[in-house]
This record gives sequence, structure tokens and C-alpha cells, in this order.
Amino acid sequence: MKAPDLAELAVRNLRESVLRNSLTTIGISVGVASLVAMLSLGIGLQQLASRRLVKSGLFDTIFVTSRRDMRNMDRNEDRGGPTPGESRVLDESARLEIERLPNVQEAYPDIRFVTELRFDDKPHMTTISALPESAKSNDGFEGMEGQFFSSERAAEAILQKQFAEELLGKTPPRGAAEPSVNELAGPLLGKELTMVYAERAPTPPGPVQASPQRTPDALAAASYSVISRERKLKIVGVSNLDPESMRGPMRGRVFIPLKLAEGLHVMQATDIREISTSASGQAVYSSVSARVKSPAQIQAVEDAIKKMGFTTFSLLDASQSLRTFFKVLDLFLGIFGSLALAVASIGIVNTLVMAILERRREIGIMKAIGASDRDVEKLFFAEAGAMGILGGLAGVGLGWAIGRVINIGTNFYLKSQSLPPDNFWAVPWWLVGGAIGFSVIVSLLSGLYPAGRAARLDPVQALRYE
Amino acid sequence: MAVITAVPLKTGSIAIRGENLCRHYRMGETLIRAVDGVSLEVRAGEFVALLGSSGSGKSSLLNLFAGLDRPTSGSVVVEDRDLAKLSREELAKYRLHVVGMVFQSFNLIASMTVAENVELPLRFAEVDRSQRDSLSREALERVGLQSRTNHRPSELSGGEQQRVALARALINRPKLLLADEPTGNLDSHTGTEIMNMVRQFNQELGMTVVMVTHERALAERYAQRMIFLADGRLVADQANTAQHGVLQGGQS
Repeated sequence: MKAPDLAELAVRNLRESVLRNSLTTIGISVGVASLVAMLSLGIGLQQLASRRLVKSGLFDTIFVTSRRDMRNMDRNEDRGGPTPGESRVLDESARLEIERLPNVQEAYPDIRFVTELRFDDKPHMTTISALPESAKSNDGFEGMEGQFFSSERAAEAILQKQFAEELLGKTPPRGAAEPSVNELAGPLLGKELTMVYAERAPTPPGPVQASPQRTPDALAAASYSVISRERKLKIVGVSNLDPESMRGPMRGRVFIPLKLAEGLHVMQATDIREISTSASGQAVYSSVSARVKSPAQIQAVEDAIKKMGFTTFSLLDASQSLRTFFKVLDLFLGIFGSLALAVASIGIVNTLVMAILERRREIGIMKAIGASDRDVEKLFFAEAGAMGILGGLAGVGLGWAIGRVINIGTNFYLKSQSLPPDNFWAVPWWLVGGAIGFSVIVSLLSGLYPAGRAARLDPVQALRYE
Repeated sequence: MAVITAVPLKTGSIAIRGENLCRHYRMGETLIRAVDGVSLEVRAGEFVALLGSSGSGKSSLLNLFAGLDRPTSGSVVVEDRDLAKLSREELAKYRLHVVGMVFQSFNLIASMTVAENVELPLRFAEVDRSQRDSLSREALERVGLQSRTNHRPSELSGGEQQRVALARALINRPKLLLADEPTGNLDSHTGTEIMNMVRQFNQELGMTVVMVTHERALAERYAQRMIFLADGRLVADQANTAQHGVLQGGQS
């Protein structure tokens, strides 16, 4: 029989017992819907995660450290290359060199120090981190009260939420509700802090520059004195950042602009070691962060920096394991989604076997007037396939609707928790096509047994059947 | 497909030859000999009636001729095909192109219209739609049902349904028309109508007709030859001497 005839007869037969066939088709569509809903949730979560992570700035940043600084390095992060002995000092010229590498947007030193901050004449010891201008677009400063630094050198500070609580003496007891950022920002914004810090005296003030006149003498460089200094800082913002979260330069409780921090020449814990190794007398950094234009270029830039003789670390590995995680998650969601489809396929087998019993005589007639086994088989296959297509189409629609509802519901919940809404769910075209195709394949497989059975029916007996 | 091209029939060429045909089957412990050693020949263009009481094996024999069933032993050669040696697929082709069948219970497909029932064999033969339409119209005209093409079988009388079945049997231009009690469910008037059509196919289209019936009167009126079966065996095979008068007097 020709394909159009086959399709026509199949649709006609399906219409003959509308109720039973629609119920079976609904079964398939529920199966497909659960598959689509599960997978679209998995895909949506993955997209959400990578969107967030790209925004966080973690995945386009390479942390560069000197190989000499092995004490602080996790050995697992060392991926071979020159031995520590051949390694270079991570100084200003190295930073500029890194910044000149292709695809590098900026390379800035990580400045972080512990010092005393006075507020209302009360001293507070805390960690201060310097932030480059580019940190402004990080999602870490989403939901911040106040605004970002007005300039790269402004004597301004952004407080981390818990530190703001400490300043106000509002630290809540464990388990109690945290005061909102808004509440904390009110009494603090515009107020002044006094930062007390130790300055390395011999280094000239102003932006750090290489001074070629200096004698390349380690001992000369090492001779510096420490002067206690004070600096007033205006509070411009209170951020919701979690200080424990892994955000490289953002692991502080108070943030000040990078250029300001550079100009202060605060003595850092690593200074003594650095000074003893710095031959040039340039500013030496414990680590430098290099921002790359897109996460895809991380590997190439990382390799280039390694060739320069530094140790690098990026979260590329972490993002790869994240991708693996989502693959596994999708697989599991897919398996769970498929279970419903498997149940639906039993429904197809049942419906078609019932149809054989019901249409036994009809099959006998068709064979008597010249239908071959193959014709009968194909007819039952076509019916199974038609149910698969219809069920697949309806299922994709239903799955889409379910995903939509889940998304709306979740966002409603997020809103009630005063969190920003997001998209947890995505139905790409390949999923639509794949789900329908899968549904047809499952239906055809289910039709295999009934179709074979119908084809083998003995026409004489089938005709005798009333 | 090649089978349909009809060689003009010489009267006397053999359409069906059965040799020591047996169809036995088991029902529980007992062996039923539905057809038990039947040998016969049917000439092309002949109108043969198979007579016998119920259970005599006449329908089983007809099913063997129709290629719906296979003999347990013996051979049945129809239009130069040894049916016992054909594959299932070849047998389906044989039923499609060589044989037209009508049944006592009409055996139309209830969900299809008259026209769709008639053209169904053409679908199995993969004939194009446009050709199908004209062929089915022609066949329905021949049985006088051109005005009922879009009705369902359930909307037709018994006689009309049997005419649809005849049109369907005709549509692939088979050489052999096999009828199993074609008037069994009809009153005598419509029965006569149907039988006249069968005779017309026999005489005008040159179809070989084998009809199963238990009514001797019907056989005497239409058949040229009567074969009597009892307990699966051929008990008598005689030319119909009464037939000449009927051929002239005909219609009553």
C-alpha cells in the first residue's frame, strides 16, 4: 500500500474508536510532556548557572601568582611548567606584559590587607580589598545600596553587609533574621571612616612606576621604614556580598578603589619576602588577576602566562566539572521523564492489541480481498506512528506549559522572598524536535508486536470471527 | 502484476485443477478431515456449483481455491500457479489479482463508504487515486449502485450490500469469482437479482465462477455443473441438465 493511503486508513481507524485512541494519545503526550518538562528544567538551570557564573567574573578571570610563592599554593593547581627556580617575579612590568597579551582586557594586582578602621571612634579590625573599576558590572554588586566608587582614586569605601552590622552594633544573634541591606545603608551612607594603616615609607607616593634609576640591589630595596598613617574614607555603598564566597579580589569586608589602594603603599604580609626577592625595586604583587574577553579564550591566555613563568589558576576546570554535572543531571531528568513515556508505550501496545481483537474480521476481509501481511502490518504501524506524532505534538505543548507554570510559580516564590526573578527553564528547538521524534520511535516500537500479530492472523479464522 | 493480462480464454483450458486435495485439522483430540482427497478440474469460463450439507467441506474447498488456506496435502493449481508452493506474499498477490470473492455475510468494512469499500483492493494493488476513482465508478455502475457511493454499508439493504461486494470482487478484473453462499442472507427476489449479476459476469466477462451453496434449486438454475460433497469427499460431479431451459427463460 502507498504511504498516503496508509496514512489515510490509519487516521480513519483511529477516528473509529476515538475515545480509546485519544486516551492512549493523551498517555503518550503526558509522557512526552514529563520528558520535555524535566529536560527543559535541566537545560534552563544550566543556562541560568552559566549566565550567573559568567556575570560573576569568575570564569573570565585568571589568577596569576609567582611560582616562588609556592607556600600558599595548592599543589594541585600547579600544572607543570618551569620550576620555581626559573620563575619570574610578579612585578609591575610583568603585570603590563600580561595586560598586553591578546584577548586580555585588564590585569590588576590583588591588593588585600588587614587593618584597623575607626568608626565613631571605635576601632574595628577588618580585611580591606581593592576593586578595579570593572568590578562594577559584577553581579556581586547587584542589590547594593548606594553606588559604586565615583572614580578610581576616590577616597570612598563600600562595606560588606556583615561589617556594616558590626559598625552599627546590629549583629543579629545566630538564626535571627538578618536586617536588610536597605536598613543598614540608611545610617551609614555618606558617613566617614578612618582607616589606620602602615605605609612602606621609601616607596614614592603616587601610582607605582618602575624606576630604572634605582640600583638593582636587594638590600637597598629592603631598607624601608613603616609609618603609621590615617586616611578618611566616605561610605558610598553597602553590599550584600558574602565574604566567604569565592570571589578572588572580593574576599574582603571593606572595598576601596584599586588606584587608591595602590597609592597607599600599605605594607602587606607578603612584603618582607617580596622585598627580599625583588631585584628591580618595582612594586611586587602577591597575585595579579587577568580578565579575559570571554571564557572561551581562558585556556590560550593561561598558557601564554604560564610560558612567561607564572603559576595560573582559573575556574575553567570548575566550569568543566559544572558542565559534566549538568550532563549527568540532564541524563537523570531525562530518564525520569522517559519513565512516563515507557508507561505510555505499554498503553499503545494495549490499545493496538485491543484493536486487533476488535478488527479481527476486518483484517480477515482485507486479507481475503488481497491485502498482504505487510499491508496489514504497515497499517498498524501507521496507527502507532500517528498516535506517536499526535501525542508528541500535544506533549511538547503540555511540557512547555508545565515548564511555564513552574517558572511562574518559582518566580512568584522568589518575589515573596524578595529575590530577583529569573528563568529556570528553556525549551530549545532541538528538544521540541527530539521529543516528537522520540515519541514516534517509542510508539513505533510499541506497535511492533501488535502489528506483527495482526499480520500473522489467519484469514479463514479471522473471517469466521463475529 | 503480470498476472492480470488476460489471455483470451479458450473454452476447455483448465482454470482450477485439484489433485487429491486434503485439508485436515485438529480440534482437540479429533482429526477433522474438512477436505479429504478431492480431485477435480474446473475449465476456464465454467460456472460450477459446490453442493453439500453444512460440514461437507464445500467452504473449506473454496478457501483452498481462494488461497486463503493451504492444503494439508495434494495440490491445487489455479491459472498455472501451484498455490501450495506460493509464499504468503505471493498468495496475497494471487488473491488480489486472480480471485474475486463474495461471502454470505457480505464482509464489507463498516467504517468505509461504498466507494471506499469497492476501491480497497486497488489500494492494496497501489493503483493511483484518479484511476481508482474511475474504476470504482465503473464497477458500481455495473452493479447499479452509482447513486449510493457515499453511503455506509449499514445504510444499505442486504441486496445492495451484496452488490457492493460484487463490485469489489470485480474491480481488479479477476479471472475467478468465488462465491460462498452469496444469497444465503437474502430473500429470494434479491437473491435472484444477485445471481443474475453473477451469471452476467460469467457470460459477459468470461469469469470462471465457483459458487458454494446448499440450495440445489439455485445451483440447478444457474450452474453449468454441480459437484456434490459429503464429509470432505467428492460424491458426485454432474453437468446441469436442467440448465438449458433456464438460460432462455432466465429471469423469473
